[in-house]
Amino acid sequence: MKILKKDGGRIKGPGENAAANGMRNQCMEDRLALSDDILMKIEKPERYIGHEVNSVVKDKGKIKVRFAMCFPDVYEIGMSHLGIQILYDMFNSMEDVWCERVYSPWLDLDAVMREKKIPLFALESQDPVREFDFLGITIQYEMCYTNILQILDLSGIPLMALERGDDCPIVIGGGPCTYNPEPLADFFDLFYIGEGETRYRDLIDLYQECRSGGLKRREFLRRAAKLPGIYVPQFYETTYNEDGTIRSFSPVEDGIPAVVQKEIELNVTDTYYPMKPVVPFIKVTQDRVVLEIQRGCIRGCRFCQAGQLYRPVRERDVDTMKKYALEMLKNTGHEEISLSSLSSSDYSKLPELIDFLIEECSRQHVNISLPSLRIDAFSLDVMSKVQDVKKSSLTFAPEAGSQRLRNVINKGLTEEAILNGAALAFEGGWTRVKLYFMLGLPMETPEDIRGIAELSNKIAATFFDTVPKEKRTNGKVQIVVSTSFFVPKPFTPFQWAKQCTKEEFLEKAYLTRTSISDQLNQKSIKYNWHEADASVMEGVLARGDRRLGEVIRKVYEKGGFYDAWSEYYDNERWLKTMEECGLSVDFYTHRERPADEILPWDFIDCGVTKEFLLREWEKAKREETSENCKIKCQGCGASRFGCGICFEPRT
Amino acid sequence: MKLRIKFRKFGPVRYIGHLDVMRFFQKAIRRAGIDVAYTSGFSPHQVMSFAAPLGVGLTSNGEYMDIEVCSADFPDVCGEVKRRLNEVSVPGIEVISVKVLPKDAGNAMASVAAASYTVRFREGREPAVHLTEALAEFMKKEQILITKETKKGQREVDLKAGIYQLTWENDAFYMLLDASSGGNIKPVQVIQALFADCGETLQENALLITREEVYTNIGTQEDIKLVPLDEIGI
Ligand code: SF4
Ligand code: SF4
Repeated sequence: MKILKKDGGRIKGPGENAAANGMRNQCMEDRLALSDDILMKIEKPERYIGHEVNSVVKDKGKIKVRFAMCFPDVYEIGMSHLGIQILYDMFNSMEDVWCERVYSPWLDLDAVMREKKIPLFALESQDPVREFDFLGITIQYEMCYTNILQILDLSGIPLMALERGDDCPIVIGGGPCTYNPEPLADFFDLFYIGEGETRYRDLIDLYQECRSGGLKRREFLRRAAKLPGIYVPQFYETTYNEDGTIRSFSPVEDGIPAVVQKEIELNVTDTYYPMKPVVPFIKVTQDRVVLEIQRGCIRGCRFCQAGQLYRPVRERDVDTMKKYALEMLKNTGHEEISLSSLSSSDYSKLPELIDFLIEECSRQHVNISLPSLRIDAFSLDVMSKVQDVKKSSLTFAPEAGSQRLRNVINKGLTEEAILNGAALAFEGGWTRVKLYFMLGLPMETPEDIRGIAELSNKIAATFFDTVPKEKRTNGKVQIVVSTSFFVPKPFTPFQWAKQCTKEEFLEKAYLTRTSISDQLNQKSIKYNWHEADASVMEGVLARGDRRLGEVIRKVYEKGGFYDAWSEYYDNERWLKTMEECGLSVDFYTHRERPADEILPWDFIDCGVTKEFLLREWEKAKREETSENCKIKCQGCGASRFGCGICFEPRT
Repeated sequence: MKLRIKFRKFGPVRYIGHLDVMRFFQKAIRRAGIDVAYTSGFSPHQVMSFAAPLGVGLTSNGEYMDIEVCSADFPDVCGEVKRRLNEVSVPGIEVISVKVLPKDAGNAMASVAAASYTVRFREGREPAVHLTEALAEFMKKEQILITKETKKGQREVDLKAGIYQLTWENDAFYMLLDASSGGNIKPVQVIQALFADCGETLQENALLITREEVYTNIGTQEDIKLVPLDEIGI
């Protein structure tokens, strides 16, 4: 018996038919895009075979639109992303749409696919991405930009949007980096700005309408550009001043909106949520049920982009969360559940939800993981119930070493709160502390950096003061200090700030290290810092303009991708390419932008106003803090959406 | 109550490694709402034992795992567990039988004595030699020596005593091999030895291997009596 398979014109690997031959229960759905020879040779073939529990397979004859949803990084990272799971669930709840997943092939498979000319495929159907109607790419961090080009390239889709024919999928970008989409403008047909739950149905309806009307790609895009939240870069034009700053940015046709407002889900309880998330076979980063309890953050730390982009804070109903938790545990079989939000401690029903989870989970042998909790008596009590105190560590993110600089960045965490929290924790048996700081913040002085070491030292001293000798279980306290380099991001009060150069960054890391070794308790403190190269380039891309498209493309063409992985990041290649394109790193990073400069992302309205951001920038310079949304509204502008915290009584 | 679960593995999921199959079943058991026993401590895990691990890329008609369940207050426990597991499984992992183990039965992993395999060649990767004749010669040998790569270097081992059966029929080998922890033989080692013997080279990824069954020894060391693992229990 021989089973012949139709396989979309793909080059067949030798012996592939024989693989089916003689093996029972082979059927059409078992067709894999990669041959046995390839799958036996590459690392973790499970990344590419689909078939996971809860993955959705539909009858191709019964659907009208095929959507490939891509996270441009390796499977284990991409599969751990909640946003994709939400959209996957949303699209597949539409009867006429089949949404499938695509991730970046790892380097070993990438080489094989290029050599054997195997087109990139989606996991569920194993069909080439090129055959889909849409390719949606979520853009979560700047250093994945070259991976986007890898995805397009392997799919056989022209890198440049303007070179794509009518038979190419419509390439859509979404996610936080689209709040400055300009460096990627050449590569995308359209960007969806904002939260995905709201506008995709309209977009798909428009697509089908255009298709049945026989309209061309460009006409579809023209009409899409008029939908709220949709930005179609090819209908806009940028001109530059002699000094390289932007002179103008405007639509090139009548009827194309000059400003694109972000989309926002007004009611986060009554919307899509994946009750049956896909359960990977291999261990991925997020191998657990994830419960998004709220969206947004009340705090407004001035360096934080997420804190501005997702305003206003919207909480999910606690009873719904309890129901979801049980249902998702049942549907996945996961042995761990985690709460997701920017700042879980601010969720008003947190004690109620946690009590419920602790009771249910201990019965069901499920672990609870609680990231982003503020350390206080309540959270320590909770943590002692859900984790092994001896093995777990406390996390503080003061971000800056002195109170002065914490005021500048509006991080409302005081030294007193940290030391009290630490003392409580040490009494409770914890001995490990993780501390996160940023180096290179605006207005930072060497004094602030020494403050990092001093604070760490005080925490160690607190341990020796609070825990008597005979009670020190393993004799000592372990403090791990990590610093990252500050990268100014669009739509934050620091969007105008000057970023440090690589040399400045390294000097600051050096000062941190020497200050720590000057401390009395230096033996208890371990210090880690990030590499500076990539932080500088991240800064270029984060606040870059359209001219950077050429740089990204050239770096990719020279063989650069997986730049988010430090072992594959080649700084020289980026610097050289910047030079070749006549662009200066310092122009994008190492200068303070004046308030009246046109910023590449000014055409996006993310809810918070530029006036508010400027106000905050000025306050930062005066070392003044702003209260959080729960205490006092700062008039950021997001109340116009008519939802969330803006309409709740202040405490 | 201890249950012995027999399942098949075929199709694309043959690329899922052994540890991930274990993870798959841990989650499947929870989805199926089976009241499985856990170890105690801060990170409890399910009481579970797998028979011999199956290599990536191989299919199987006879994989085994034992689990311990606390309560199962429904009639026909075995039928119900099988039905529920299959309901929450993926295509390619199929439970074919569930049996209650006697209290004194050894766990699946410790019980493994032998395994049987069907081995075919991929199209275009068959050897040139006449296999029936080559095999007849091969089986006459008193010793079948191969060099094994171990952590401590190379070591010569004799496969002869561990090849309980080896036939070539209908374009397929059938082999019954020692699979005990001390003397485990892989099908590919047998084919390599056979090829070496008749001067053939085995092409890369030439074999399609299906494990058919895993056996335990109910006889003695000297007088081996092999029965499939699922014949223990009721
Ligand atoms: S607490 Fe601050 S850093 Fe954290 S999400 Fe909110 S604004 Fe951002
Ligand atoms: S309008 Fe006021 S309450 Fe609403 S998000 Fe902005 S600062 Fe917070």
